[in-house]
Amino acid sequence: MSSSGRQGAVAVFGSIVVALILSIAPLPDSIEEFRPDWVALALIYWTMMQPQRYSVGTAWLVGLVLDVAQGTLLGQHALALVAVTFLTSRFHLLMRVFPMSQLTATVFALLAVYQFLLFWINGVAGVDTRAITYWGPVIAGTIIWPVVAGLLSGLRFRLLARG
Amino acid sequence: MVTTRSTGNSPPRLPALGLKSLALVLLSIVIMFADSRASHLDTVRQAIGAAVFPLKVIVDAPARLFDWAEESTVSRETLERENRRLRNERMLIDAELQRLTALEAENARLRQLLDARQQLTREVRVAEIMAVDANPFRHTLTIDVGTADGAYDGQAVIDADGIIGQLIDPGIRTSLAVLISDPGHAIPVEVNRNGLRTIAFGTGEIDTLDLPFLPNNADIEVGDLLVTSGLGGKFPPGYPVARVESVTRIPQEPFAAVEATPAATLNQVREIMLVEADEPERNDSPADGSSAGEPLGSEPLADE
Repeated sequence: MSSSGRQGAVAVFGSIVVALILSIAPLPDSIEEFRPDWVALALIYWTMMQPQRYSVGTAWLVGLVLDVAQGTLLGQHALALVAVTFLTSRFHLLMRVFPMSQLTATVFALLAVYQFLLFWINGVAGVDTRAITYWGPVIAGTIIWPVVAGLLSGLRFRLLARG
Repeated sequence: MVTTRSTGNSPPRLPALGLKSLALVLLSIVIMFADSRASHLDTVRQAIGAAVFPLKVIVDAPARLFDWAEESTVSRETLERENRRLRNERMLIDAELQRLTALEAENARLRQLLDARQQLTREVRVAEIMAVDANPFRHTLTIDVGTADGAYDGQAVIDADGIIGQLIDPGIRTSLAVLISDPGHAIPVEVNRNGLRTIAFGTGEIDTLDLPFLPNNADIEVGDLLVTSGLGGKFPPGYPVARVESVTRIPQEPFAAVEATPAATLNQVREIMLVEADEPERNDSPADGSSAGEPLGSEPLADE
């Protein structure tokens, strides 16, 4: 556990840092609205695989960092990520045995919950945005999910093999 | 942060997980309230912001590298040409400045006669926009100065053509500025031609501002320049904000539909300036109580 666990932690930490960087990297205006929720995707993957180590607590801390990085209301992404990782953690055994198509559909639902919570908090806080723009990240995230899952599991297995 | 989390040995039991999630959700809600109502959490934000700063630098690096590569590979000929052009431009500006000095002196004299006190020159600080995309829900910019450089919450941001916006979240080394086109932003303006005061709202479109509080008989025309009025104390008076693009008067409606185009090109700037508002005006301006110029939520009322 100890040495491979530490390497695993480095992998998780590294992938979340990369996700944070991707979520503030500049994009052309035309595809700006289709930026996937990289952080949510990474957290869904790690929670599904290691729910006893990475779960709502990690998600909450990462959410606060994401809030500061993006300059949104402090706690907004934290709350949404806690909700998503709670659901993932609750159903992780089921999700692990899903075939990719079904898993992708589940991720679509999780991302929809995530964006709905952001939308809802924005509405309460008086941040005025068009509702249609919330679908962009959900669709883009669902499409990119198999790639993210493939990359992260490649990373995980390489570390396991070395450990 | 993440690495030091419990190296768990037991799988999560559901009630514990549920309780923990519920507690974190409630905590998030409390934090959101505290963050939206007042600036209680500025230190927390700044502390996390310090951790985020390296990420922003990494994200900004490619753009900076590109700029540097471009700069260091220009030919001598281009540089000479640019140098000549700048020299000419400078001469023209110097000539205009001579006139301005005389005008400034005259203006100061007249103001003294009118007993109006208002400073004309202001502290201006140059800053650069970082190539960092922030808040997906609002029109914001990340700039490379922070409280360590003297920036403060609500400071006006301008470029060479006019007002761009104001700082909303000053960190230590980087800050977030909201654009005047943000749907939650309002800026007190006056028509340069006749001094008619009103408020310009952002619409969410980068090239449109909305002026909803002008009655049908208001003296406003297409092409009028709108400048900051200085009411509300956040923006220094006299800076160009926008030019009136269209005026639609519908007889049944109490207000005319007026739209304006920002004077600054909000999505193309790279170099910007931070301007300090009038210190004395901020303290004893009669419009102190009005919330005009507030960046978020609370709808400012019309001037009267």
